[in-house]
Amino acid sequence: MSDMSSRLENRSWQHPVVLACHECDLLQTRPDNARKDMQCCRCGSRLPCQGPDQLKPSLALLLASLLVFVLANVFPVVQLEAGGTRLDTTLLGTAWQLSQQGMLPIAAVIVLTGCLLPGLELTCMLYLLLPLMLGRVPAGFARIIRTLRLLHPWGMMEVFLLAALVALVKLAHLADVHAGIGLWSFFALILLLSGNASCFDTNLLWERQQACKAN
Amino acid sequence: MQGKLIGSAARRGLWLCHGCSLLCQVPGDEGQWRCPRCAAGLHKRKPHSQQHAWAFLLAALISYIPANLLPIMRTEMLSGTQQDTIMSGVVYLWQSGSWPLAFVVFVASVLVPLLKILSMLLLLVTVQLRSRWAPRQRTRLYRLLEMVGPWSMLDIYVVGLLVALVQLQSLASIKAGPGALAFGAVVVLTMLSAMKFDPRTIWDALEDDDE
Repeated sequence: MSDMSSRLENRSWQHPVVLACHECDLLQTRPDNARKDMQCCRCGSRLPCQGPDQLKPSLALLLASLLVFVLANVFPVVQLEAGGTRLDTTLLGTAWQLSQQGMLPIAAVIVLTGCLLPGLELTCMLYLLLPLMLGRVPAGFARIIRTLRLLHPWGMMEVFLLAALVALVKLAHLADVHAGIGLWSFFALILLLSGNASCFDTNLLWERQQACKAN
Repeated sequence: MQGKLIGSAARRGLWLCHGCSLLCQVPGDEGQWRCPRCAAGLHKRKPHSQQHAWAFLLAALISYIPANLLPIMRTEMLSGTQQDTIMSGVVYLWQSGSWPLAFVVFVASVLVPLLKILSMLLLLVTVQLRSRWAPRQRTRLYRLLEMVGPWSMLDIYVVGLLVALVQLQSLASIKAGPGALAFGAVVVLTMLSAMKFDPRTIWDALEDDDE
């Protein structure tokens, strides 16, 4: 912590009914009958809201996602048969082939956005959620939550899924192509992750953390 | 309008923490403060948002030219070598009859990057001029920008998959071209530019005039 800055002490505005919009900074009050999705009355963006505590389903979905994530990266996504030879590839295999051709930056972008960063995001979420459910605060809690926020926009597994479908169609008139187990796993993974996105709530995590600390 | 009655949080000395979204009461604009909950540095707006957004956008604009002119893929077949740019890939799909696919690829690889660059230009110029024009629509445009950002990565993944799959020594092989590098750069740079931009600056122009 730099000496120039001072940490504010208990001066936070933790009023339960007042909130500020993330996109236009309008200060507004939460209506009594706040539903799951509230919109900012000035710019129309989604406001963070206090949904029901769904951390338990979130944990289940995260564990399932991690399992399917491994499947999606281990098993081939697309298989191709032509002239008696059989070729298949995974996301990592794709990146490996590109790096062999001297396209290292592209290979790095593919590994990062398709596998490494989403994988890290999943692990971070589990790392936060699992100890909190057991009533303990994991080390480096604040830093990990900040990392999650940075990681989130760079996960592009759903784009990879569409790309695999495009590649399948493109190759269909050249050779015999099949969708592999990896492709179905990616499909399942995206469903699981979107389910998790509606349950996982960092605000709830913070509340849990404060409660655990107080005990 | 209700907005005018209450005004922005920043005007009341309430800053949103960029790390944990806690609304923090700050004693004054001077000085550096840290969030009481997560200890992240507090900023009224994203620091240097416009300079960074401009820098990434200009870099994206420059990379956009080679991304469209250079081949992204080279196909070597018995019948000869074929070089594909992004646009010729779309044309090939269209001519071979897969219209829905041609449309998807056209939207993801041609339309989206171009519209992203133009919208970022629009947002940055209007914020720079402190324009009061259509703030709600401009915020919506920004939200859309953030949402479609990753989808232009589609072509990079497709090229990668084709390169990895089509390695049939003598029959056919596909190699990635230099255009793919430039295109990847465009996607990443426009995403960075959009991330650096702070949509709250759109509304600040309106707030200041009300005072």
